[in-house]
Order: sequence, then structure tokens, then C-alpha cells
Amino acid sequence: MTRFSAWNVIKNGLSNQKGWDRQWQDCEPKDQYDVVIVGGGIHGLATAYYLAKNHGIKNIAVVEKGWLGGGNAGRNTTIVRSNYFQPGNRQFYEHSLKLWENLSHELNYNVMFSQRGHVSLLHSPSAIDTAARRYNTMRLTGSDAEIWGLKKLKQKIPHLNYNVNARFPIMGAAVQKRAGTARHDAVVWGFARAADQRGVNIIQNCEVIGIKRDKGKIIGLETSRGFINCKKVGFSAAGNTTLLWNMAGLGELPIESHKLQAFVTEPLKPLLDHVVVFGVGGAHFYISQSDKGGLVFGGDLDSYKSYAQRGNLPIVQDVAECATSILPCLGRVRLLRHWSGTCDMSMDGSHFICKTPLKNLYLNAGWNYGGFKAGPSAGWYFADLIANDRPDGVIANHDLKRFERGINIDERGAGPDPKLHG
Amino acid sequence: MIRIQCPFCGERDHSEFTYGGDGSIKYPALNAPIKDWLAAVFHRKNIRGLQLESWHHINGCRMWLLVERDTVTHKIESVRAAHIDFQKILKV
Amino acid sequence: MTAQRLISGGRIDRNKIIKFSWDDCWMNGHPGDTLASALMANNEKVIGRSFKYHRPRGIMSAGVEESGAIVTIGEGAKRDANVKATTQELYHGLTAFGQNAWPSVRFDVGSLSNAFSQFLAAGFYYKTFMGLPPFEWGQGTGTWMLYEKLIRRAAGMGTSSREPDPDNYEHGHIFCDVLIVGSGPAGLSAAAKLSQTGLDVLIVEQDFEPGGDYLNQSTTSVKYSQLLENINNSDIRLMTRTTVFGLYDHGTAGLLERVTDHLSSPSAASPRQRFWTVRSKHIILATGALERNIAFGNNDLPGIMTAASATTYLNRFGILPGKKIIISTNNDSAYGVSIALANAGASVKLLDARTTLPSKLSHTAKGHGVDLKASAAALNASGSKSVSGLEIATLNEEAWVQGGSEDCDLVLISGGWSPIINLLSHRGSKPLWDDENCCFMPGSTDEHIEIAGAGIGIWELSKCEVSGEVAAAAAAKALGKTTTDVKKPSSNGWSEKIRPLYEVKIHGKGQKSFVDPQHDVTANDIKLAHQEGFISVEHLKRYTTLGMATDQGKMGNVIGIALMAEALDKNISSVGTTIFRPPYTPVSLGAFTGRNFNNHFRPLRRTPMDEWNISHNATLTDAGLWRRPWYFSRHNETIKEAYIRETTTTRNVVGLCDVTSLGKIAVQGPDATEFLNRIYTNPFAKLPIGKARYGIMLRDDGIVLDDGTTWRLAETDYFMTTTTANAARVMVWLEELLQLRWSDLKVHVTSVSEQWAGCAVAGPLSRDILKSSIETPNLASDENLPFMGVIETKLKNGVPCRIARISFSGEMASEIYVPSDYGPAMMDLLWETAEPLGGCLYGLEALGTMRIEKGHVTGAELDGRVTLEDAGLGKMASNKKDFIGNVLRKRPAMVDDYRPQLVGIFPKNRKEIFNAGAILCNEDNISGLGEGWITGVTYSPVFGHWIGIGFIAGGYKNWISRGAIAADPVRKGNIEVEIVSPHMYDPKGSRHHG
Repeated sequence: MTRFSAWNVIKNGLSNQKGWDRQWQDCEPKDQYDVVIVGGGIHGLATAYYLAKNHGIKNIAVVEKGWLGGGNAGRNTTIVRSNYFQPGNRQFYEHSLKLWENLSHELNYNVMFSQRGHVSLLHSPSAIDTAARRYNTMRLTGSDAEIWGLKKLKQKIPHLNYNVNARFPIMGAAVQKRAGTARHDAVVWGFARAADQRGVNIIQNCEVIGIKRDKGKIIGLETSRGFINCKKVGFSAAGNTTLLWNMAGLGELPIESHKLQAFVTEPLKPLLDHVVVFGVGGAHFYISQSDKGGLVFGGDLDSYKSYAQRGNLPIVQDVAECATSILPCLGRVRLLRHWSGTCDMSMDGSHFICKTPLKNLYLNAGWNYGGFKAGPSAGWYFADLIANDRPDGVIANHDLKRFERGINIDERGAGPDPKLHG
Repeated sequence: MIRIQCPFCGERDHSEFTYGGDGSIKYPALNAPIKDWLAAVFHRKNIRGLQLESWHHINGCRMWLLVERDTVTHKIESVRAAHIDFQKILKV
Repeated sequence: MTAQRLISGGRIDRNKIIKFSWDDCWMNGHPGDTLASALMANNEKVIGRSFKYHRPRGIMSAGVEESGAIVTIGEGAKRDANVKATTQELYHGLTAFGQNAWPSVRFDVGSLSNAFSQFLAAGFYYKTFMGLPPFEWGQGTGTWMLYEKLIRRAAGMGTSSREPDPDNYEHGHIFCDVLIVGSGPAGLSAAAKLSQTGLDVLIVEQDFEPGGDYLNQSTTSVKYSQLLENINNSDIRLMTRTTVFGLYDHGTAGLLERVTDHLSSPSAASPRQRFWTVRSKHIILATGALERNIAFGNNDLPGIMTAASATTYLNRFGILPGKKIIISTNNDSAYGVSIALANAGASVKLLDARTTLPSKLSHTAKGHGVDLKASAAALNASGSKSVSGLEIATLNEEAWVQGGSEDCDLVLISGGWSPIINLLSHRGSKPLWDDENCCFMPGSTDEHIEIAGAGIGIWELSKCEVSGEVAAAAAAKALGKTTTDVKKPSSNGWSEKIRPLYEVKIHGKGQKSFVDPQHDVTANDIKLAHQEGFISVEHLKRYTTLGMATDQGKMGNVIGIALMAEALDKNISSVGTTIFRPPYTPVSLGAFTGRNFNNHFRPLRRTPMDEWNISHNATLTDAGLWRRPWYFSRHNETIKEAYIRETTTTRNVVGLCDVTSLGKIAVQGPDATEFLNRIYTNPFAKLPIGKARYGIMLRDDGIVLDDGTTWRLAETDYFMTTTTANAARVMVWLEELLQLRWSDLKVHVTSVSEQWAGCAVAGPLSRDILKSSIETPNLASDENLPFMGVIETKLKNGVPCRIARISFSGEMASEIYVPSDYGPAMMDLLWETAEPLGGCLYGLEALGTMRIEKGHVTGAELDGRVTLEDAGLGKMASNKKDFIGNVLRKRPAMVDDYRPQLVGIFPKNRKEIFNAGAILCNEDNISGLGEGWITGVTYSPVFGHWIGIGFIAGGYKNWISRGAIAADPVRKGNIEVEIVSPHMYDPKGSRHHG
């Protein structure tokens, strides 16, 4: 496998790009694997990678019903941050951010993690206090966090709407400088290539259509490409978790699938150098500019349960209103494309990386809005769980039984209503 | 835009409504065992396909409705008032 | 290319001159021109520069698929980047500029990157820029971010303005029976057919003139005039300059109408654009088709266009786009183009890739002087900034070989036609590959959508007309109307089958042939993607960026997919296509926004006393969507001076506070008592008439939802108040319970938040104020209005009111409510008494101070994660009845003694100040998640120092004689604090009992 480097880019430039291999092999499924991960997104591929790398497991497959990264990995707004403050979430996302910081080198693949800073606008003294609680917690747990006053904010992002007659005048911002954006597809391909190099079998167009059980254990997976025996199985298939769960003959999950839209404008020369978040008056909006120049943004869920990967107009209007309200220069900027992904919203807005009622089945699900940024860490801890059959302390409460124990890991305090955790 | 045939107001945009949730959930009695409450509050069938769900005509008549809707195509099969007495009255 | 405006012909008005400027050079055009046609008539060749290699680009088409002539229009705040010159109507004073180039599109320093293009293949950026070159040494993101700065500057296209957009936009709504998209032969025929049915029909055209392909004919078709007349005489609505950009659920369509983009001095009253939401019962897509390019060497040079666009420039705009023209085709459609251009005086050579030529067409073409060559195609174009010659390839036993070269000034390409299936794709319908026509055809749909004309691969104008009628008949039938029968057209209109042709190259010979010119995706990039395993179309798209430019793949997608199929040795149908997403063409965010931005971003809720408060010197603040008095500054007091005075005055004398924003719900009916008893944690069954009770509601999961007082006005009539923040949520919750869960309860709830204006009267003299403000002063006596007592009576001025003796401040206090319109009158009356007594008006800040002193909780504490016990309200849970949340609140982790519980906080050094949002830590471990947090702080006039309220593990009893730190690293740093009981002021409540 040709290493990715400037040296090889030049060398191949001089030789008609002949030296580049397939980035990952398109494998035929074998009869039997030690671990099969269902779902070829960032989480599934990262899990396979860390299973091979951290735990030395050799015989691993990732089965994907379509093409790698075809789910939410390729549909999100690419924001990476760790400004979570609930126990467990805090450490988990911080760990993820640390993995992100060196991910390009780790994978030898430029995932373009740009630590351009994540700026949440604040509009009232009480909002500043509420943010301070979160950002203080981040600082005390070894992360970076700042509160910017208006003066500093104006200096950094001069073309925000600082009009004092705005409906909600800006008073400051909560900032995580190490946060930023990454190139989402590159993360998928980078993990796929690196996992492939470590011997993981990546099997695309391989849909799980049945699950063979013997009492409390999975024997193997019936797939569109034949039967696969497996010693351990990990579900990592956001948006399809419930379907797989039902296939495994298990009951209900604390998950509801909703759709979340994302938006990109025509490419423009640099206009916005940070990730900016706007949330006041019931609004929820986040925007950044991709390296290609398109402004990438998103907002709330469409608010009704849906597996359709296409959105409706009210949210389009809603995000446009937010966009032009904080960046009034965007009125003439044109929306190029909007699309939608299926988010598995959980009952407290936090995820599950846990064991299941079946002895050799493990679950990674319920990522709400957090799946992309969580990818590396989710892979790390899910691999750890599968390899050792016991959860690390960081994810010990991220199991399906936490509600029974009375633990709600609720970042927004929204309660057991999945649509409110956007 | 999903268009919902409100039995009280006629066909309206879904943006006039708020989505409630799974309309098939039967909430247990207030003194029911904890496992019944855990199931009702935290567990979801999360149907891919036709499901019964509740919507609230919040910017209209403020009535709660039970809607049968396909969660993939968004097609609506039926709409009725959630309140049993209103269902009866509207049927007559 | 040496283009020239002809002296006659076309749909432009030569009698009128339009002056416009291109890169600061003034030029002339005519009404009826687009910017592209006007530039062409002025013989401008290089209009744009490409995204990556900065190659010169000219006009490539005559429509929305344009990928070369992309410019910036206007200056200053109205600068509009990335405009396709082919879709911009010309107007007086239009100023256009080249973009993505320095110093200009004609001489662009950036074109140096073209020299390095061999190193800039698809995805090269994933392989480098990670660390120090050449071996990517190092860790972290530092090196990448240095590169990223340069890359971002080089990428992007036009530069947008940073000034606020000065224009207005509007929203509109339309309902119709049938929405017809496109006013070409199929669309107009469909509309005309429907004109007799009585159906409400809307026909929408993106161009400024209806007609579609009718406009490209050399003479105005009689049918066209008839159809237009028919439509004009009917009730059918025709919208031009309007694009149906997306189809959504249940027959909804999104439309963008460009109202003033074609005007030099629009009326200030006009919006620039309108965003329409159309709700239709049936849709007819008559969207036409787009002509494709072919990949061959240097196929992006200025002077290379799609063949049919030459007819548009000739017949619609009266321009002969070249003198010596070579056309390369693989289908019948270019024959008509060749004849028209030959008739206009050009020398035309037509290369047809097919070995068998359509006999009738070729005969006619030859008769018009077209030099026709079979089994031939364009191979490689030459020229520096414009095409000047073309190498030709000829077929030798199905392989292309060099076939000589010729000079030319214009090359036209027809690689086949792609039906515009975007809108149907928006509905999730998968396009199907059609080998016969070499294009993706619309897939099936079970929605109410018909497709007509070139959109389903009908290539001949008269057949498109018939096809439109067929669609109309189907739509009419679905809507219960009958029309005369129409038969489907028997054929697609081509006499000889198209030859699949996507790339022309000679084996073993390198060339740069563009597939997606806007993003500089070449045929080699597609092959590299294949080589590296990006074989799914979605991977291909993402790895090469094929189809992701501003034309969203209109120009290059099919070629790219075909080349991937070839590399995979599969047929195109098994490779499939990516999904088109809305919008069909880009839509400004301003249009989506309409008027809902800046100060109209969200509604502003003002209390009936808003003006009264302002006239009494209130400084206002936002509380959710409400605007409430923050403090009432006297003599230029600062906020701190003001709230200290207001607090002190209220505690010592009396204060008035507008509390209208509290939620108010009328709970009425025979089962109202039972209902309240179920939703509140504390008992309500025995609340006497004329009494109020403080109550707390839990969510199903046992977490505190809201608190407030509920007043019993009569046997079956209660008046509930909620917090301002949760008013709407509680109302929805009660309706849900009554309609979905407990429909056996006979209770009606009505939101009366906006019907009642409220004022809190707090302080030792509050009773005196009441007495002198109500009709029967004695009703306010301690006997008649004891603590938690309720009376309904009249104010002295005759206004009906309801009063409860409740206290949030901790002083003896009452809340008085009157019908909203009487709010100011109530304030006048109360203030009339309070002011002479030395009372004050107080705002949210003083309210906050007093409630913190008392340890009363608000939304800052009840943040959706807090239990009754956490909030110090454990005693509020009845163990004698069942209520919402009672089962789940007893889950193990929720009853843990060491959960953070409500406490008061003093600074150890009483002179120090600390902040809400600080984390409470054990003094010997200032790190980690902490032991608690602070939710509110204030300077307390009672204590003479700052105090706070918050939560800490185990509650204050666990912290007696233990030191704590308020850690606030993001603002103030660490302050030593003492943890005290939350009931800091008057813990026994002797004051509010009065």
C-alpha cells in the first residue's frame, strides 16, 4: 500500500498516478469471523480499526448494506467539538476530540480536521451564566473553553449582526478553540483504508437480512451475500438500529428515528473562519464554511418521526431565517443543496455503547446529533467493550438499563422526548 | 410539507401542528408497577412504515389527533380526534 | 470564436440599446438578451476561470446548466457572486465582473496551477498537507491548518459581500389543482388541454419568456401563438422568471420568483424575490431535457458549446456564434442545428459518430451545404484562450484513430440528451437508465405526478406537444374531469438510434478531457477514482467532486457515470446514479427568510403594561419571547444601584412588579379537582374555594417540570399560574393528558395568559396599597385575605380583578390580575398610592435578588434534570395519592442522598464577588466535574454582601464546616465560598405571613 505523503503525490504526478492502490479491498465475505460489525460508517469502521489495532483481533469484518459512509457519516455538518458536560459525555467527547487532533497522522489520511474554533453566541446575562457552567466544567476537566465578550467577538467575526435592535442582540460567546470541522468522507475512507491495512474485511453491498440465534446468543448473520458465522457481533448502524434489533428478536429500544436536514450554499471565497452557533428564542442553528467554500449549516430536526432521507420546507425557512439574522450578508448567498439524514434520537439525548440481552451482541446507537464528532471515540470504546466484554468506566452508564437505574444523561434537560434533544 | 386533514379545521400544513409521538402507547395507571412506566416512557417500537402517532394542532384548534402515517413515504392513511368522545361525535 | 450579431432575426429588440459593463468596460445589448448573449454579441470569449486549474472558460450553454460563464453581478452590498450569465437577463446599467481570477479572467495568475495539474489529481489533498513535507512528519493539526488557509483562499468561487443585504424578500402561498412545471411545447400543450376542464391550473416558467424550445425556432410557430392565446384567454395562471426548485411532501412545491433581478431601477416597494409555497393536487413535469457534452481533449476551451445552444443564440438572440463551425454529434438532434447555422451563412462541418446516418436528415443537411462526415468525432481542441482548431477522430473497427485536423472558430457538441428528472428525484424516485436513448429516464412514482415531453425522452417538438396533452388528460382524469382522448406519441422522434458516446480518445494517448468542467473533474480523475476503489457512484461523486458544483451535475454527471461503468466493465444501469437534491437551481437565503429576520426574527411579546413600564423609566430585558422590565433606573442609577434600591424599598416599604408574563390557565369542569390532584405532587383535593396553593408538576420520568400557584375560584373553576418559560409547554401537556390519556375526565383547560394582566404588590405596606385600590377595602384585611387567600372583586375604578396573597419575594405580597386591557389602568391606580408612600417599581433583577435571598427556585434551578428533593422540595410529594411522575421519581439514582441539592452560597471573604455558572468544588480538588454549581448570584442588601444559590452534592448539611471553591476559570477564577441553607433570608417565613 502506497503511503500518503507529498513525496508520493509528486512521484505519482510524474507517473500518471499509476502507483496508487485501491484504498481498501472489496472483500468477499468469508464463512466465519471473530467479530462482525454491522454498519460501514465512521463508527463501524473505527470500531474495526481499533479492534485490530488496540486489541490485536485479526478476523474482523465490517458489513455495509450500501456504500461506506452512505448513512449519516456523509450527511452531517462535520462539526467536531467536545462541549458536553454531563458525566460520561464530558470524558467521552474530550477523548474523541483528542483522537481527532491526531487522526490524520494516525490514519495517514488527511481528514482535514480544522481546529478553527466553535463559537456559540450568547444573548443575555443568564445565557452567559448557563454557558459558563458548561464551559467551566470543560476547563476543570482539562479541555479548553473560553467566554468571549462582545469586544473580542467583534474583532474575531466582524460581520455578525451586532445591531442592538436585533431581536436578540449578541452579548458574547462561549468558545471552544480546539473544536472545528473535518472532511466527513475522508474520515470514513481513512478509517476504511487503515482498517483494511490491518486486515479487516470490508464488505459493501452486504445487507443483513436475518439473524440466526441460538437461545441467548447469535450464531451468524444471514446477509444478501450469504450466511456469515460470527463469534461476536456489533451493531453500529445508525438509522437502522431498530430494524436490526427487531431482526435479532429483541424488543423495543429507547430510540426514535427522526430526520435532520443539512444545507450547503454555493462556494464562496473565505467568508466565515469559525463554526458559529446560534440558539435563542427557540432557534437552533450552526454554520461553518467548508474548505471548498460552501457554507454548511443546519438546525432543528424536522420534528416528526421519519425514516425518509429528505426534508421539508419549514425547516429550510427556519435555518435561512437564522442564517440571515446572525449574518445579514447571507441574504444574497444561494442555497445549493439540502438533504437529510436519519438520526436515532434517544430518550435523554445521549448515546448507548453497551452490552445487550444477547451474550455476544454489542450495541452502539442513539447518537442524536453527536455521531460524527463521536466517531473515533465511539470506535475506541466500542472496540474495547467488544474485546473485553465489559464497559470502560467512561461508558459504564451509557447502557440500555440506565433509565431503569434513574440515570438520565440529559445535556439539554429536555426529558424523555426524543424530538427535543436536537 | 405534510398536509394533515384535521377533523376540526380541514387540511392544513404540518407546520401548524406539533408532532407528539407514538400514538399506540397506552400510559399505565398512576400507581402501575415501575416496569410498565419504564416501558411506556422510555421504549419505542420506532416503526419503519405505517404507524399510529399523535399530533397536536397547536396553531389551530389545539386538539390532539391520532394519525396513521407512513414514516418512510409520509403518506397519511387516516386522521381522527384523539379524545374518544370527539371521535364519537364526529362519526355521527 | 468570432461571434456576430445578425442584422435581423431573433426575439431581441434591436431598436433599443441596453448599456451594461463587463469588467469595467461598457458594452451594448438589446432587450431580450441575456448577459451571455450580449457578451457573445460583443465577441467576448473568456468569461470565467475554472475552480481548480483556473483554465479560461467561455459560454458553454444557453441555460441553467452553464458551467463556464459564471460571473459576479453588481457591487457593494448588492454584489451577487456565482451568477450564470446564461440565465441573467440584461438590464440598463448591469455591471458584471469575472471571478475566481486575478487580475482578470483574461490574464489570470492563478492559471499557473494548470501547469501543476498533474499533481492535483482527484483527491490529492487527502494524501498530503498533514505534516511537514515530503513525508508528512509531525503530529496534530498545526501543519494542516497552515495549508488550509492557502487552500481556502484558492478555493471558493466568487466573493460575496460582507455587508448586510439591502434588499427585501417576500413569501407567498398558492393553492392549485394542477401545477405545470415548464412552458415549453409539452407544458403549454398540457395547460391548453386543461383550460376547458375548469381546473385551477398554474404554469411556471423559469425563463423570462414562456415557450421553452418554441423560442429556439427560426420562425415563430403558429401553434405556440395559439397555445399562448388560449392560455391568456383562460383562467390559467402563468408565472415567468419563476423556478420550481423543489418538490416536497403531499404535492407541495417550492418556487422562487425573481421579481426585480432584471430591472435596472426597481421600485423600492418591490421585493427582490419571492419564495412561493405551492400546494397542488396534481403536478405535470414538462421540464425538458439538457444536452450533454462529450469528453475529449481540451473540451473546455472557450468556443466549445452544446450544439442546441447555438440554435438558441442564433434563433432567439440573433447571433451567429461562429463562422467556421465543427459540430460533433452522436444523435439526430444536431442536424437541425447544422442546417440552421449553414443557412445563416456559417461554414459547417458535422461529425456524426454513427456509421449509419439518418438518411433523410443527412440528405437535407447536405442540401444546405453542411459538410457531413460519418464515423467521426471531436478528439482534441486547440487554441489558447479560444478554440482555433480541432483534431478529428474517426472510427476504425470500433476504435478511434486520428483523422486529421481542421481550423475552426466554434465547436458544438451533442453527446445526447438527459431528461430533467431532478424534481421527480426530490420525491425519492430512482431514475432508470435507458439504453435505447442513452439517458436516465424518470423512475416510477405513486404520487400524483405526470411527466411529459423531453422529460420522458420525447425528442421532437410536435411529439412533445402531444405528450403534454396526454399528461394533461391523465391529470384531469385523476381529478375527476374528462377530456378528449389523446394517444401517446408513437416514437421518440429520432429516425436513427443514438450511439452511446461519452469520451473520445485514442488508446495510449494522454489528453485532458473534462467531465465536470466547473469542478475541473477530468476523465482521468474518474479513472483514478476507479483505480483507488471509489467505484460506487456516491464514492465517485465525493472523491472527485463530480456533480457537486453550482450546476449540481447537470452538465457532467452522466458522462462521469458512463466512464465509471466503462472502467468497471458494467452497464450504466448497474452503476446507477446519485440522487438529485433540491433546489433544482440555487435559491437565495434571503428569499427563504422573507421578512422574518433581524428584529422580526421572532415575535416580540409585550405585556399590556409595556408602554406604562417604559414611560416609568423601565429598562427592558428579554425573558424568552417576552420583554419585561429589568430595572427602573432613577437619576442615572446603574443596574446594581437600581436593583439594590428596588429590593430595599420593597422589603421595607412596597414595590410593584409586572408579572403578566406568567402562564395562566383556566382549569374548569366537574373533574378539575381530580385532574389537579393527579398532575401536582402535593394534594389539591381539599383546597378550599378562595384559596391558592403552591404546586409542583413532574414529568412522567419524575423530574420537575414546572411550579406555580393554582387558585380555586369556585367548586369547578381553578386559575393556574405557571412560570413564564414553561407556560406553553404546560398548556400542551395538560391538553395531552386530557385528550390522550384521561379522556374520561371532564375538564376543560384554556390558556388565559393573554387575557389577564398581572401585578405583584410586595412589601410591608402591600396591604395598604390593596386597601386603597379596591372597591371594598375591607376585603384586603388579614381575615378576608389571609396568606394564600384568594378574592375576586373590583378595583376602585370599577375594573374586575382577582387577587391572591402569595409571595415570591418573601415579603407580604399579593398578585392582582385584571383583564389585559385594564393593565395600565391597574398600574396607574396602584402607583397612585404606592408612590406617595415611598414605594417603588421593581424589575426582574430585584425580583431575582429577593428570590435568591429566600432560596426560591426558578428556571435556572429547575433545568430539566432536577428532582423534587434536589430542589429542596421533597416535602411537596404527597405519599397519600398517586400523581404523574411518582413512580419513576423513585428510581435508585434519583433518590441517592449524595445528589446535588439546593443550597445557599456565601463568599468566605464577604467582600468578594462570584458568578452564576461557577462550579462548586471541594477545596482540595479543584478539577473534574465538581461537586455542584451555582445557578444565581446577587448582591444582597439584607446581608450586605454577595450571595448565591446553587446545588452541591449532599446538600448544605453535608458541607457544614467544609470549605468549597466556586471555580470559574472562564471568567473570574476561584473564590472560596461557604455553603449555607438555601433559605438565607427569613427562613421561618414570618414576613410574608405579615
